Amino acid sequence: MAQNDIDEIYRDKIILDHCRNPRNQSHLRSPDKIGKAVNPFCGDEVHLEMNFDIDGNVSEVCVTSEGCAINQASSSILSESVKGADLKDMLKLHRKFTSIMKGDVKADSMDKTFLNELSAMYSVRKFPVRIKCVLLSWSALYQIVSEA
Amino acid sequence: MFDVNEIRKDFPILDRKINGNPLIYMDNAATTQKPKKVINALVEYYEQYNANVHRGVHTLSMEATEKFEEARNKIANFINAEIPESIIWTRNASESLNLVSHSWGNANISEGDEILLTPMEHHSNLVPWQEIAREKGAKIRFIPMHEDGTLDISDIGKVLNHRTKLVSVVHMSNALGTINPVKVLGDYAHSVGAKFLVDGAQSVPHMVTDVQDIKCDFLVFSGHKMMGPTGIGALYVDMETLETMEPIYTGGEMVLEVTYEKASWADLPMRFEAGTPNIADVIALGHAVDYLTFLGMDNVCEYEERLTKYAMEKFADLEPMGVHLFGPTDPGKKGGILSFNASDVHPHDLGTLLDRMGIAIRTGHHCAMPLVRSLGVSATARASFYVYNTTQEVDALVDGVIEAMRYFGHGSE
Repeated sequence: MAQNDIDEIYRDKIILDHCRNPRNQSHLRSPDKIGKAVNPFCGDEVHLEMNFDIDGNVSEVCVTSEGCAINQASSSILSESVKGADLKDMLKLHRKFTSIMKGDVKADSMDKTFLNELSAMYSVRKFPVRIKCVLLSWSALYQIVSEA
Repeated sequence: MFDVNEIRKDFPILDRKINGNPLIYMDNAATTQKPKKVINALVEYYEQYNANVHRGVHTLSMEATEKFEEARNKIANFINAEIPESIIWTRNASESLNLVSHSWGNANISEGDEILLTPMEHHSNLVPWQEIAREKGAKIRFIPMHEDGTLDISDIGKVLNHRTKLVSVVHMSNALGTINPVKVLGDYAHSVGAKFLVDGAQSVPHMVTDVQDIKCDFLVFSGHKMMGPTGIGALYVDMETLETMEPIYTGGEMVLEVTYEKASWADLPMRFEAGTPNIADVIALGHAVDYLTFLGMDNVCEYEERLTKYAMEKFADLEPMGVHLFGPTDPGKKGGILSFNASDVHPHDLGTLLDRMGIAIRTGHHCAMPLVRSLGVSATARASFYVYNTTQEVDALVDGVIEAMRYFGHGSE
């Protein structure tokens, strides 16, 4: 087995940590906004809920995801990375992160508003078929931010 | 019985290495690998006698036409159809099903009619019927299924009645491997005057198929799942039924006489084959059938059953570790398809890990979403065999699953 490649994904400490202890994994009582995404290819699902404070910044976020380890980890990391952001920030974040995952933008062009943990997902780019596992939760986010 | 090591030499792709390991190809329910003979047939057509069929008086066209129709004969013999005219070339089983639903279905299904299916149909034998039922105001019903993925026909009268116009069933489930009792189901269908359709996409490549014995009115299958090229499939229709059917595509090749006002249709089966057909792939599929006939379908079936039994025993040993097999527990009641889940490892992650070891399996819902959901999961891992798979490869799969589980169980250590 080509341990090194696999290690990059499945033994990455950040991915494993988020996969095993997913953050913000519950439901909000009456969320301000909801985003859902389904990958018909594998049946994976992500359900993203957010509340906003008076300034329009994310005050609470919950995410439930069903599916593979990569989807679970990505959903969890996403939920952490949007805390305190407003819709505009999140749209910007979405655009940048998805471009990087799809290979349109080089990773080093990231600015400092990015959470370090997001970069843990970059190793998945070596496995094109799994990139959509990373991006499923981001589709749910896009549903929320594109409504604005 | 044949020698699997000799067979393997006929498949050039089996020499490939994937991520540094020899390829172990176990995604045969999705598509099968091609023997050299089939690949050569494609090259030979394009290099030696590439021409259009049924219209030229020149040598190349005559050669192409002869080979093209010869392939139709081979396919007819392969499924024991009485005459080759009952075989219509399509792109694949899905197109064959759409042809039946749009032509026969459109003319024969009306409001209040019923179409009887099984809960284990591939989307291709479900969605076209949903569409026609919606258009016509007909109803789709399902034969009940036991928990092990076999049909429960003990009370079939509850879903089969004089309103049933069509019984359409998969012969071998692509998701579970279940082999359905098509002969019995055909008798039931005909007893209420319904037509009987068999989806043979998974069965025709793996066992003897005899349309006269099954007494089906329609049989659909794909070439690429039986060592043939992609883009070629077939529809068998009982002649009596076929003669009543109207073409759904019109244009060149399917006409007898054309005026500026109207046209009359060509004889069967050309009436259903508008436009230049997929000549090269038809001819190559004929060679795939030659190859399977040379092996002997009884032998193919017996070999795969032995391999499946071996694999199921090996997987039974993994049960305490949390590996669960879906589908019939009796290898005699199923084809060479193992659908399974390993606890704590999502099928997708398992598929990626096995691929790193050179093992190709399918993960997901296998184009049978309602069925997979009814199993209480969103996806399964599926290993599906063909004549070139070996017991050593099954051992490697089992070791791979164990390694993947260990990997996930102790990933952080």
